[in-house]
Amino acid sequence: MPLAPDLSRRAILQGGGALVAGLLVAIELPWAAARADEPEPTGKRFNAFIHVAPDNTVTFTLPAVEMGQGAFTSQTQCLAEELDVALDKVMTVPAPPDQANYGSPALIVQATGGSTTTMAWSGPLRKAGATARAMLVAAAAARWQVDPASLTTENGVITHAPSGRTIAYGAVADAASRLTPPKDVPLKDPAHFRLIGKPVHRIDTPDKVTGKTVYGIDVMLPGMKFATLMASPVLGGKVGSVDQAQAMTVPGVRQVVVLDDLVAVVADNTWAAMQGLNALAIEWAPGSNAGLDQAQLWAGLEKAAQGPGVTAKKEGDAPAKLKDGTLFEQSYELPYLAHAPMEMTNCVVHVHDGGCEVWTGTQVPGFAQAGAAKALGIPPEKVTIHNHMIGGGFGRRLEVDGVVKATRIAAHVDGPLKVIWSREEDIRQQLYRPLYNEHLKARVENGRITALHHRVTGGSVMARWLPVAFTNGVDSDAVEGAVDVPYAIGNRLVEYIRHESAVPVAFWRGVGPNGSIFSVECFIDLIARKTGSDPLDFRRAHLEKNPRALGVLNLVAEKAGWGTPAPPSPHGARRGRGIALMNAFGSFLAAIADVAVNDTGDVRVTRLVIAADVGQVVNPDTLEAQIQGGATFGLSTVLFDKITFAGGKVEQGNFNDYRILRIDEMPVIEAHVVPSKENMGGIGEPGTVVTQPAVANAVYAATGVQLTRMPIDRALIAKGA
Amino acid sequence: MDLKINGADHQVDVPDNMPLLWVVRDVIGLTGTKFGCGIAQCGACTVHLDGVAVRSCQLPVGAVGGRAITTIEGVGATPAGAKIQKAWLDLEVIQCGYCQPGQVMSAAALLAANPQPDDEAIDAAMAGNLCRCGTYVRIREGIKHAARA
Repeated sequence: MPLAPDLSRRAILQGGGALVAGLLVAIELPWAAARADEPEPTGKRFNAFIHVAPDNTVTFTLPAVEMGQGAFTSQTQCLAEELDVALDKVMTVPAPPDQANYGSPALIVQATGGSTTTMAWSGPLRKAGATARAMLVAAAAARWQVDPASLTTENGVITHAPSGRTIAYGAVADAASRLTPPKDVPLKDPAHFRLIGKPVHRIDTPDKVTGKTVYGIDVMLPGMKFATLMASPVLGGKVGSVDQAQAMTVPGVRQVVVLDDLVAVVADNTWAAMQGLNALAIEWAPGSNAGLDQAQLWAGLEKAAQGPGVTAKKEGDAPAKLKDGTLFEQSYELPYLAHAPMEMTNCVVHVHDGGCEVWTGTQVPGFAQAGAAKALGIPPEKVTIHNHMIGGGFGRRLEVDGVVKATRIAAHVDGPLKVIWSREEDIRQQLYRPLYNEHLKARVENGRITALHHRVTGGSVMARWLPVAFTNGVDSDAVEGAVDVPYAIGNRLVEYIRHESAVPVAFWRGVGPNGSIFSVECFIDLIARKTGSDPLDFRRAHLEKNPRALGVLNLVAEKAGWGTPAPPSPHGARRGRGIALMNAFGSFLAAIADVAVNDTGDVRVTRLVIAADVGQVVNPDTLEAQIQGGATFGLSTVLFDKITFAGGKVEQGNFNDYRILRIDEMPVIEAHVVPSKENMGGIGEPGTVVTQPAVANAVYAATGVQLTRMPIDRALIAKGA
Repeated sequence: MDLKINGADHQVDVPDNMPLLWVVRDVIGLTGTKFGCGIAQCGACTVHLDGVAVRSCQLPVGAVGGRAITTIEGVGATPAGAKIQKAWLDLEVIQCGYCQPGQVMSAAALLAANPQPDDEAIDAAMAGNLCRCGTYVRIREGIKHAARA
């Protein structure tokens, strides 16, 4: 979730200040305070990120969590590059809750998200590595009475070439850690990089391929019990009454925990807990949302979208220009979405001795700690967070509702408790991507858009999650793709209207740009086609001042063969090719999708070509993987996904009705990366964002129908519809 | 009840109708096999019975009988499993990894039965395994890479 430009800069300064303090004051951070659960290791901690043991084991404490995006590897590349150690000699651990040392320079709080890890951390981590290396070299130089400049380092060994002497980092770690950390240590010349920019193998995958990795859901503790739960199916409802008699006869069931808004069954194993939950007779008190349905939610949003809005961006005088001339106007509507990571919500909690231990995978360890503490009414420092690998985040683990619910249940149970959500509970009881209405109005003169008004209406995630980024009534994330369009237009007005319903909303892979860029790119296609322009040429006409955007657009057009028709496909007679461009998360991407549409309106994407300029790259293989994966995520989104409400309940529940694309539905995906020396951009989310409008525009080209409410509605494009 | 898992004998005292998934995870403690949907829609729970890929979330343990159970922890001991695991690392197929035990088990069963699978065979064998990270492009490449090994 990129912040408003001024806020980003301010945040980086604040966060950077905190980081510099953490790095340069050689705090002997007592390990035990950082991770109360771990024994204090021998050896020396150089700063918040680096610890060197006498046996030369180097441990990196990584501020950004691993949830598949490759952050553990890329952060380790940055640290190891400057420290000059081999990747296979490094141990990595996730950072404990510690805002002072691990608060994100981009996100202010300690969080992993918004495609910000590389942008936020590559600089500070390189600096940490270089500073620690300089201290080790200085200690060796002092021991040998030689000039530090005469020493070289490689793979954790310091060499004095003139005398042929060598010494391992571990042997000087103690002396080095007593030195005052030098300031402004120079970073390595990129020409000498061994790791940064190289497609090194990931450090997390060897254990994942053999089943050894312990995700939160895999935690096993002595004496642990297992629980599953059900919260009120109607949003905001409460428990009326519970008849436990049948459930308690299920073999293995130990206990039923009834809270005001949910019921949990505790058992000897997860299966018994599920059987017990099925056997409960629960009467719910549904409350005020029992009549809530999707038509009402759409209508409420549409009404709110009439305005007036708060100004998020103003250039020239768009309203005056939009009074007459050749005008176009269209609204686009984006549905609620569930994250549906493969690892459903789960959490292990042990409440004991006035404190609490939590085992889970979280993108926000500090929020998890605070959430558990609040649930128990104890100070945060009494809560230990054991952070684990995450089986897919996509924003879901930026929320700690699961930690809070599990802690509330565990407070009534003796011993450690693993709480697992069923898939249905996971999909029905979460926070969703906001419902968005994006209204656009444009004036076209001489083949160019000369004025654009874009009004974004929806629930605000920022206002709840990071209030400092909700300024003057504007959610900086929701409008990002609208404020920073790549096109030169002249007169622009971007407005934001916050409209909350009873449905809680959260960040979701692609965040605000998913809606705003989708809408801009579909609207551009609408205008291009209505004015008889080629969609590629029409975009190019607005990019004379934006060489990076033009670069990816031209590259994707060349690679995909724009101008030729999409090839025949057995999946449908109607074929189309669609294009889209984006600039968000500090990156530029363009995509071209080929689709085939059959008579019943089923859409098959047959080929997807993406060009990306993400600036400097830490790991090119991870970059390609994130483009492929992000695009695939976007395909499921545009083709299938929506969360809808009826009678106050979510209508979807599992992968049969909340579809994820399958391998036999996959197009060919080609990713082309522009070599770039520009500042690093993010790549976890852009593939998801750029794919959706490319597919929608291809469907428009194939059918002549522009769909304006997502996901694609087959009924509207069936033959003869 | 006696179960043979990854070549080792296990005695478990569980109801016949308990899905094999939960016996393997919660009772035996082999947590590599994953819970993803509970209705055989996602394939995260895939294991082998006598080399055949099955969804353990829908398989009552009482139906296993004397068949040999192989999980992700043991599949590396089979030639096809070892090839798939190596290909997965060579090509860096894995992202979050949560679905990958199931993907590896389905791919290993495919490769054991069909040493040179074409795209159609890969689609047929792998369409029951969902990946939310979107690693399908590399799963397809990985199977072909393993077939060439």
